[in-house]
Amino acid sequence: LLYIVFYGVSRLILRSYLKPPKRYWEVNAGEENGEAENTDVSPNQDNISKEQPDKIRDERRQKKKRSHGSFISGKKDPFPGEAPIPNEQLKKFQRGEKFQVVIAFRLGKVKETILRSEAASDLALKQAARYDLLLPEESGFLEGDDDEDTCTILQEDIADAVDITSGAKYFNLHLTQFGPYRLDYSRTGRHLLLGGKRGHVSCIEWQTKNLTCEINVMETIHDVKWLHSEAMFAVAQKQWLYIYDSKGIELHCIKKFNNVLRMQFLPYHFLLATASATGFLQYLDVSVGKEVSAIGTKLGRLDVMAQNPHNAIVHLGHPNGTVSLWSPNQREPLVKMLCHRGGVRSLTVDRSGTYMVTSGLDRKLKVYDIRAFKALHSYFLPAGASCLSLSQRGLLSAATGDVVQVYRDVWGGGSMSKPYMAHRVRGAVWGVDYCPFEDVLGIGHEAGFTSMIVPGAGEPNFDALDMNPYRSTKQRQEWEVKALLDKVQPELIGLDPGLLSKVDQATFEQKHKERVEALGYDPLATEKFKPRLKKRGRSSAGAVERRKKKVAHEDQKDTIRKTVEERMERENERKVKAQEQAEHGTRTALDRFKK
Amino acid sequence: MCFIYIYKKEGSDDERKHAKLLEAISSLGGRRRKKHVERSEASVQVSEFSVTAGGAEEKINLCDLLGTMEKTPGAPSKTKKQLRNLQNCKETLELPLSKQQTEKIQRTVAYEKSTKEVSRWESVIIQNQKAEQLVFPLKQEPAGPKRMEQVVAGWKAQTPLEQEIFSILHSNKQPVLDPVLTPMEKAAIKAMSLEEAKIRRAELQKARALQSYYEAKAKRGKRIKSKKYHRVQKKAKQKEFLKQFDEMMKTNPTAALEELKKMELSRMEERMSLKHQNSGKWAKSRAIMAKYDESARSAMQEQLQLNKELTQKLVVPSDDEEERRAEEEANALPDFVNEAEPVPDSANPWMRGKLTSEASGPDVSDVAAEPGVSDVAAEPSSGQEGEQHREEEEEEEEEVVGEDVEISDDEEEDDEEEDDEEEGAEVVSEFNSLFNRLMQSGRAEPQQIQAEEAELLDEGLVYVRTMDDLEALGQDEMAGPSNAVPDPHTQTPSAEATTEPPSKKKKEIDPKEVLTKEAKTITKGLFLIHEAFAGDDVISDFLKDKRKQEEAGRPKVVDLTLPGWGEWGGVGLKPSRQKRRKFRLKAAAAPPRKDQKLPAVIISEKRNASIAAHQVSQLPFPFQNSAQFESCMRSPVGQTWNTQNTVKKLTAPRVVTKLGAIIQPMAKEDFLKQKKGPEAAKQGAIPLRGTRKKGKKKDSR
Repeated sequence: LLYIVFYGVSRLILRSYLKPPKRYWEVNAGEENGEAENTDVSPNQDNISKEQPDKIRDERRQKKKRSHGSFISGKKDPFPGEAPIPNEQLKKFQRGEKFQVVIAFRLGKVKETILRSEAASDLALKQAARYDLLLPEESGFLEGDDDEDTCTILQEDIADAVDITSGAKYFNLHLTQFGPYRLDYSRTGRHLLLGGKRGHVSCIEWQTKNLTCEINVMETIHDVKWLHSEAMFAVAQKQWLYIYDSKGIELHCIKKFNNVLRMQFLPYHFLLATASATGFLQYLDVSVGKEVSAIGTKLGRLDVMAQNPHNAIVHLGHPNGTVSLWSPNQREPLVKMLCHRGGVRSLTVDRSGTYMVTSGLDRKLKVYDIRAFKALHSYFLPAGASCLSLSQRGLLSAATGDVVQVYRDVWGGGSMSKPYMAHRVRGAVWGVDYCPFEDVLGIGHEAGFTSMIVPGAGEPNFDALDMNPYRSTKQRQEWEVKALLDKVQPELIGLDPGLLSKVDQATFEQKHKERVEALGYDPLATEKFKPRLKKRGRSSAGAVERRKKKVAHEDQKDTIRKTVEERMERENERKVKAQEQAEHGTRTALDRFKK
Repeated sequence: MCFIYIYKKEGSDDERKHAKLLEAISSLGGRRRKKHVERSEASVQVSEFSVTAGGAEEKINLCDLLGTMEKTPGAPSKTKKQLRNLQNCKETLELPLSKQQTEKIQRTVAYEKSTKEVSRWESVIIQNQKAEQLVFPLKQEPAGPKRMEQVVAGWKAQTPLEQEIFSILHSNKQPVLDPVLTPMEKAAIKAMSLEEAKIRRAELQKARALQSYYEAKAKRGKRIKSKKYHRVQKKAKQKEFLKQFDEMMKTNPTAALEELKKMELSRMEERMSLKHQNSGKWAKSRAIMAKYDESARSAMQEQLQLNKELTQKLVVPSDDEEERRAEEEANALPDFVNEAEPVPDSANPWMRGKLTSEASGPDVSDVAAEPGVSDVAAEPSSGQEGEQHREEEEEEEEEVVGEDVEISDDEEEDDEEEDDEEEGAEVVSEFNSLFNRLMQSGRAEPQQIQAEEAELLDEGLVYVRTMDDLEALGQDEMAGPSNAVPDPHTQTPSAEATTEPPSKKKKEIDPKEVLTKEAKTITKGLFLIHEAFAGDDVISDFLKDKRKQEEAGRPKVVDLTLPGWGEWGGVGLKPSRQKRRKFRLKAAAAPPRKDQKLPAVIISEKRNASIAAHQVSQLPFPFQNSAQFESCMRSPVGQTWNTQNTVKKLTAPRVVTKLGAIIQPMAKEDFLKQKKGPEAAKQGAIPLRGTRKKGKKKDSR
């Protein structure tokens, strides 16, 4: 038997052994019965440091009041006090560690400031955790029988089993003429961009199967990428980088970016990062059309590239088995890690920026924790993985030859033994990409494009202020303006995105050195000593003073005269004003109604 | 020579001058000290401590002054004794402190006082400094609806426009202040129940209908053009009047006298005028027609008759009666309207028909100035007010008509209006007198009621929410929610539809093989890799690279030795070891590399200077270490990461001011009241007084 649990944006439930999502009243009911108390729900007191006894007392008092207080109708509040927030949710929104305030603080001012900010962040945390309730969608997954592997389930079966709309998400595009294909989904997940090796570019609104544009650039295409919205996309062609609009009209040909092999778009910085065959990593600011930086990596042909969505660092894979991390602000790699014994074939970084998955010519698949730069798992794939992609929910797809495998719990506790799903396509896989907010994996291969259903891949809850899959044209335009206003400057890209909130600990010398470098000269350098031509005894300091004293009364006179004149003027003005006022004073307030 | 000259010139002067001269001479002989010359003029130098005797060298003793005292017999022995004691007392008073010293002491005292005064502000200042948000102006009225009395009582005309309007209102005696409902009115509003209101309305309706009938009748009567009818009417009325007059002579002689006086007045007027003497245009035409026309003759006759009647002499009334009449007239109408009528049910002022307790004068309309305590109270009061106002106006303008109506109410048979304009005045006087008489007689009360009703007729019925209604409402409300309480258990999670999955399976690939083969393939794989990358040793390359980086990061030793300085130099000579050691500057060891414990990782040690421009370069003020600062910075404030409410709270402005409001400096009373209440206020008051006194002293000085 086949059981499929399929949640997601499609909001489709076929069969479910899962319990329905827990609702708030159920939690409360459990509490009332005295069951499951204090297991996952913690009272608020834990979070409040002992330095705030008053606050705690206040809260208690409030609670008391509430519990005692009944409605006017005489009914009693069945849920007195604030609704408790589960610890898990609180953890989800926790930012950094709480500062442990020592009671014996010398200065009251610091203590107060810290306490206040702690209270504020506590409030923010709680509110955010509370509002998490408004994200009711849960992601599901495919579930097989006791002795059945989910990876043996065919896409056709799934498509048959699910409803029509969801079933329509599995489809094949037979494009044998211009293959193999690279692909890219727009950030909303509505639009698909396909780029065939032999020059075929098409934009498809893939859910409606609506073809937005289709062109042939009559050149080799290495990569395609959507820019910040579905109105523009970049195509890395044989020689230059081109930018087209959604109708396929060529907007720009950027000759500064040549021989581009791979591209990444950093959405919050409006940066298009390109990696070229000549070993250059270049950044193009698409909002102003300027090249932000061009870095010669000196690491050979760059055909493996990924971005870390957490901190906008670009990861490059190299033939010598290393992965280097780059920011536009530094001309040398921030980090260089040796990941494989052979060349790196593909790499991808998860959404939270915690994990990186790489595959190399040594046919290994490695999972790294890029906070600590340590390998977590190392798997051996007989055929090796040519293309890797991580979904929003952390499903890993690896293409080996013409088979695409999907793995679950890649960085979970135990090592995975078998794929979660698998699908064979008609030709060698050239590109895989998960569709955001959908349970869909797009596969570009030699014979065209395949859209594969992968239950549990997409994030079911979307932030409509950030990315709304259902946005209208007007909303898109407004979002664009807002996004441009909120654009993050490329200088802020660094390994630690929280660095901005930290104090710069650099020493004075370090800073000075940087300053000298930036200015090109030393502003603090003392002038070389030059002996002054001095006349004998003529203008000693004392003599100068004496001379000044002789004529000091003149200056004094001047100043006095000036002040007197000023005073006179002021007085005159005042008189004039007073007179004017007196004239005005005869007017009554009601005169304004007279004509 | 000089001496001689002086001598010659002033030889006629007395010995004093001579002594002076001698003195001067003696002073020449070495001793410089010159005796102080005293001047004989009186009281040029008056010291407050000693009395100098004019010209005399010796000082005045007490006994000199008291000698006379003892001689006088009138002085009491007690004072004498005291004086004697004083005389015996040898102690001298201490010298008063010097001016500088006293001022210094005063300054210290003043300083202490003022520090005390100023330090009282300290806590408030600290509190304000610490406060997250300050709201100005400090004395703000609480938000939300206010009671009407509060609003109105505190209001003052501020802007010139308001003042202007205010003054105009004052000059017109419009109500301005004290608009609050009296307890009586409140009670009235409370006591008004629905049933009573209904009864009242029915009564009012009835009365209004009756009034309209009367009015219609009066109008009809007025419109009748038949002279005969009117004549008959008039005659009847006169008869009636005479009858009444006779009665009045017996019962109420003063009123009768008044009537007489009126008659006298009309007589005077008649005598003055040529009205009924057949000298007018009409009369002349009648005279021509008199020969032929009977009616014309009779008309002339009538005229003459009238003249005669009017010019008949009457008894002259006394003076005080006249005065009284004047008073009565001055009182005119208005008061009777609002006079309370004793009603058995005195608890209900509404039913007594009294509008308001302050019904007289302009105070009544004060109620209208503000719309009452609540909506419930407001409407009736304003209605009453309007009614009264209108009524007053009517009284002033057309007294006549109003009275007519009243009388018609009273005596149904009477028809008051005459055709003849000539007789209008008399009629008026008649009715005035009639009315006054009626007023004085005991029958005043029913008329009052009538009058009241007359005005109440116009007043629409206002629905007043009573306590009963409120109770009913309360019941409704109680009932409402209980009915509307939704059953929380109605919503049950719908059972999931379970449909059988399609059982067709196709096995195209065997993914089991993909990963499970690992154990077997590993050995093979290793060989393969070694084979594939025999030439390029990836790992050693990487390690080399890393070592290079480490080397580059290490601080370098600076050698500042100069050969030849302090010792011999030349070819083949090296600076000594000691010197080299002295001039080699060793930099401090670099901090451990971040990738020290990660063999397969090279982490760049370069500082990110671009972000440093946006970072805080120095620890901001209140923080003592960077950990404190960073903990305060860790949670973002923006809308992207927070809920709307949180953002609002986090970004609340430090100081909030009300637009257009004047921000007064904080007064002492404000915070003292906050602090303790009356005690603190007292404490504050005492030093204030002290300072004031001091200030006065200084002024006087």
